[in-house]
Amino acid sequence: MKLYIEKLMIIFNREFTGYFRTPLASIFLLVFLALSAGMTFFMGQFFQRGQADLNSFFVWHPWLFLILMPAIGMRLWAEERKSGTIELLMTLPVTNSQLVLGKFLASWFFTLLAIIMTIPIWITVNYLGEPDNGVIFISYLGSWLMAGCFLSLTSCLSMLTKNQVIAFIVSTISCFIMVMAGFGLVLASVRSWAPLWLTEVIQSFSFLSHFKRIQYGVLDLTTFIFFISMIMICISINIFLVQLKKAD
Amino acid sequence: MNLLEAKNLYKSFGNINAVSDISISLNVGEVIGFLGPNGAGKSTTMKILTGFLEADSGSIEIKKIDLSKDPINAKSIIGYLPEGAPSYSDMTVKSFLYFVGKMRGLKDELLEKRLEIMLKDINLTEVQNQIIETLSKGYKRRVGIAQALIHDPDILILDEPTDGLDPNQKFEMRKLIKSISKNKGIIISTHILEEVEAVCSRTIIISSGKVLLNKETKDILKNKKENLDSIFRKITK
Repeated sequence: MKLYIEKLMIIFNREFTGYFRTPLASIFLLVFLALSAGMTFFMGQFFQRGQADLNSFFVWHPWLFLILMPAIGMRLWAEERKSGTIELLMTLPVTNSQLVLGKFLASWFFTLLAIIMTIPIWITVNYLGEPDNGVIFISYLGSWLMAGCFLSLTSCLSMLTKNQVIAFIVSTISCFIMVMAGFGLVLASVRSWAPLWLTEVIQSFSFLSHFKRIQYGVLDLTTFIFFISMIMICISINIFLVQLKKAD
Repeated sequence: MNLLEAKNLYKSFGNINAVSDISISLNVGEVIGFLGPNGAGKSTTMKILTGFLEADSGSIEIKKIDLSKDPINAKSIIGYLPEGAPSYSDMTVKSFLYFVGKMRGLKDELLEKRLEIMLKDINLTEVQNQIIETLSKGYKRRVGIAQALIHDPDILILDEPTDGLDPNQKFEMRKLIKSISKNKGIIISTHILEEVEAVCSRTIIISSGKVLLNKETKDILKNKKENLDSIFRKITK
C-alpha cells in the first residue's frame, strides 16, 4: 500500500507541477478568479441583493466549471497519446489505476487551489455582514466535489482522442448535458412524454439539482454519495479505457 | 544466464497478423539486432516484450518472472526506449530523468548517483537544466537512452536508437551500446544493417510478423559470398 501511494504521488507531483511549467496555470487561475468575481458582483448583483451570503457566487459555479474543467482536464491523456509518452509511462512498473488516480488527483487539487484563491470573496461577505459560514463551507466543499465530477468525466473522455481540442469540445458538451439534466426546461420537456420514474432518474443524475441542494447548505448523504460515486465510476471507466485504447 | 524467454508470440490487429509465432531468447552479454522492413512487426514485438501490449497468445518470462502474471516486477528489470524516443517536452533533462528514476523505485541517494553517471556517460551534463523541447534530435534521443538506463536494468530494449542521428552521434551510440552490453542483454531494432554488423552478436530478421532468420552475426559474416545486405533483400522480398 505504501509503495502504491508512493508511485501515485510521483505521478501526482509531475502532473501538478506540470500546470505551472507552462503559462496554463496562471491563465486559468486568472480567468477563474476574474469570471467568478465578475459574475458574483455584477451578474449576481451581490451588493444590490443586500444579503450576507455567497449564493450569487456559488450559483455560477456549474456554468464556470462547464468550460474551465474541460480546459484543465483535456490534456490529461490526449497529450500522452499524441506525444507517445503513454508508451513510456505504461512500460514503467506502475499500474493503470495509479496513473489514472495520480493524474486525476493532480487536476482536482489544482482546482482546489483555484477555489481557495476565491477566499477574498468570502472575507468580503464576512466584512459586510454575518453570513452562515457553515453553509459557505458546505457550498465550497460541494463546489469542489462537483468540479471533481467534471474533471473525472473529462479525464475519461480525453483518453478517447489524441486531439486536445476534440477532448475539450466533447467534454464540454458532456458536462453541459450533465448540468442541463436538472434544468427545469429540460425536465418539463421530458415530463411531457416520459414516465415519472424516468424524469426522476434524469433529474437524479443532474449536477445542477445536487449542487442546488448543497448551495443552500444541505449536504445530505445522497448528494455526497452521488458526487463521490460519479467520480469513482468515471475513474473506473478511465482505467478500463487506458487499457483498451493505449495502443490505438 | 537467460534474461528473457519469449515463446510463440502471436498478435493480430483485426485481420492483420502483426506478430506470428515469434520466439526470442536473450542471454547476458548478448545484443540482438532486430531487422525487418517497415511494418514487419518489429515495434509490435518490442511493445509486447516490454509489456505495453499484451500478446494474443504465447508466453514471456523475464528472469523467470511471467510478464503477464507479475508485470510490475517484470517491467522493473527492463529499460525501454520506445520508437521516436518520446519524453515530457516541458520538463528539463534532469527533472525528467529524476521522474523516471523515482518511478523505477530508486531511492534518493542511489538516484543522485545514477543521474550523475547518466549525465556524464551519455554526454548530457551541459544540457541537464535545459527544457527537453529546446533540444536537438540527437540530444532528445540521448535523453531517451538515459531514461532507459537510469535504473541500470539487466535488459535493454531499444527501438531504433540511432534513427535521425548524425554519423558522429551514431558512432557514439554504438560505442555506448557495446560498452554496456557485457553484463546486460540488449535488443535493438534498426534499419541500418552496418549497425547490426558493428554491435549485434545475434541477428533476427522478421517480415510480416514471422522470424525468417535467427543466427549468430559472426556466422552470417563468415559467408563471403553473401553479406547481410543481400541476405536481407533476398529473404524479405
